[in-house]
Amino acid sequence: MWSGNYSFVLSNLVMKDFKVRYRNMSLGVLWSMLNPLVMMGVLTFIFTKVFPNPSIPNFPLYVLCGLVAFNFFSIAWVTATTSLVDNANLVKRVAVPRQLLPIAAVFSNCIHLIVQIVLLLTLVVAFGRGVNIHWLWLPVIWSLEVVFVCGLGLMFSAMDVYVRDMRYVVESCNTILFWLVPIFYFVVPERFYGLYQYNPVTALVIASRYILLDGKAPPNTLLYKLMLVSFLMLVLGVLVFGKLKKRLYDHL
Amino acid sequence: MPSIEFLGVSKSFVRHSRGRQLLRAHLTALLRPAPKDRFYALRNISFKISHGENVAIVGANGAGKSTLLSLLAGLAAPDEGSIHVSGRIAALLELGSGFHPDLTGRENLFLNASLLGLSKKRAEQIFDKVVEFSEIGDFIDEPLRTYSSGMMLRLGFSVAVNVDPDFLIVDEILAVGDQSFQAKCFGKIAELKRNGKSLVCVSHSPAVVQRLCERALWLDHGELLVDGKTEDVLKMYEGQSTLRTRVSS
Repeated sequence: MWSGNYSFVLSNLVMKDFKVRYRNMSLGVLWSMLNPLVMMGVLTFIFTKVFPNPSIPNFPLYVLCGLVAFNFFSIAWVTATTSLVDNANLVKRVAVPRQLLPIAAVFSNCIHLIVQIVLLLTLVVAFGRGVNIHWLWLPVIWSLEVVFVCGLGLMFSAMDVYVRDMRYVVESCNTILFWLVPIFYFVVPERFYGLYQYNPVTALVIASRYILLDGKAPPNTLLYKLMLVSFLMLVLGVLVFGKLKKRLYDHL
Repeated sequence: MPSIEFLGVSKSFVRHSRGRQLLRAHLTALLRPAPKDRFYALRNISFKISHGENVAIVGANGAGKSTLLSLLAGLAAPDEGSIHVSGRIAALLELGSGFHPDLTGRENLFLNASLLGLSKKRAEQIFDKVVEFSEIGDFIDEPLRTYSSGMMLRLGFSVAVNVDPDFLIVDEILAVGDQSFQAKCFGKIAELKRNGKSLVCVSHSPAVVQRLCERALWLDHGELLVDGKTEDVLKMYEGQSTLRTRVSS
């Protein structure tokens, strides 16, 4: 029924999220850099001074690869989940396609992701790891991550309208995930390693370390797993959203 | 030809009198679907609005007027029956709907235009017209939270009429505009009508209804009681309300 310009709406919604968040802050986008830097500092201090772990060289970079991916994932997932409830006045009053709201929430977090990626790449170069041809894989793996979060966001945003606890479910999952994703550790039992890579966040972290720290292309099996799970999640998200879409109005 | 058609439309909502349900209740409802406690906001409504026709919806509070408009605008889906709409709809269902208080008037204008389905190019084209119509002036670059409700109405209405909708849907909000702006709105609505566009509105002001619309639908407890010429419908509606007041006093 709604016929309009999807990209124009999407860009407006993304700008809305972004501007609203930063309008009254003095540091603005700098927060996107500060937060991972602080976390990197703390984790580096703990795992090089308090519990030294010599098996991982360049520990700060190693940690930052994990943090950038995890930060984006966790925040984008939560904001997408609450996007419909937070924008109830839009859902109830404007006939804009509802699926654009969680997608816009994910995209507005991509702005932070890009800032953090620039920070990460700058540090990689500053630490003396040069630019290599495999960097071309970076946009691919990060885009797959966006696809994965969009799928999750679609699914959880619609469910959040019906059951408002979803937000807390997502936050708890993120807490667990912080430990399940190899942000600051390395050792995973051999027999779980294959299964472990099916988590797209894990796959992204491992792949980005291959590229940035080892200067190698990520292994194909890892990329296939990342691609498979990301697109499956997107399909599932679209299906669930389509199923729940009809009664969103009644529950907001 | 743009038109709106309702065929046997019903809409119900689940009653929330038992409060928000806990997980256990969700699970039992899933396993043993009980006949739900539902409230019918609209029951078996059928009508057709052709282009160039201005229609008012009248009725007491809670009669289902706003639900009808939200179905019309494509915000909610009917339980039964079908709704056919052809043409562009611009709905102003609430003061400042689709606006964000922290964005400036200009940013909100573009956001709103995009939500109503305009392209970036069209939005830039109508920008000056909208600002001029709204008479907001320099305030266009101030955040919306500094606006009075009258100014918010001016901006919202100006966007809605300038996107050139086939159907303009308005829910009782012209009331906060001052007299000169109201007169301007009436003029604009008349102009839209001359161009074959339609207005569908809810109003509790008989004067407004009579002035803008030649046809009226009277809703009562979710049912379409009368559909006819505005004068006749208003006469019956007012007669019934005075009758009720007399009976209850």
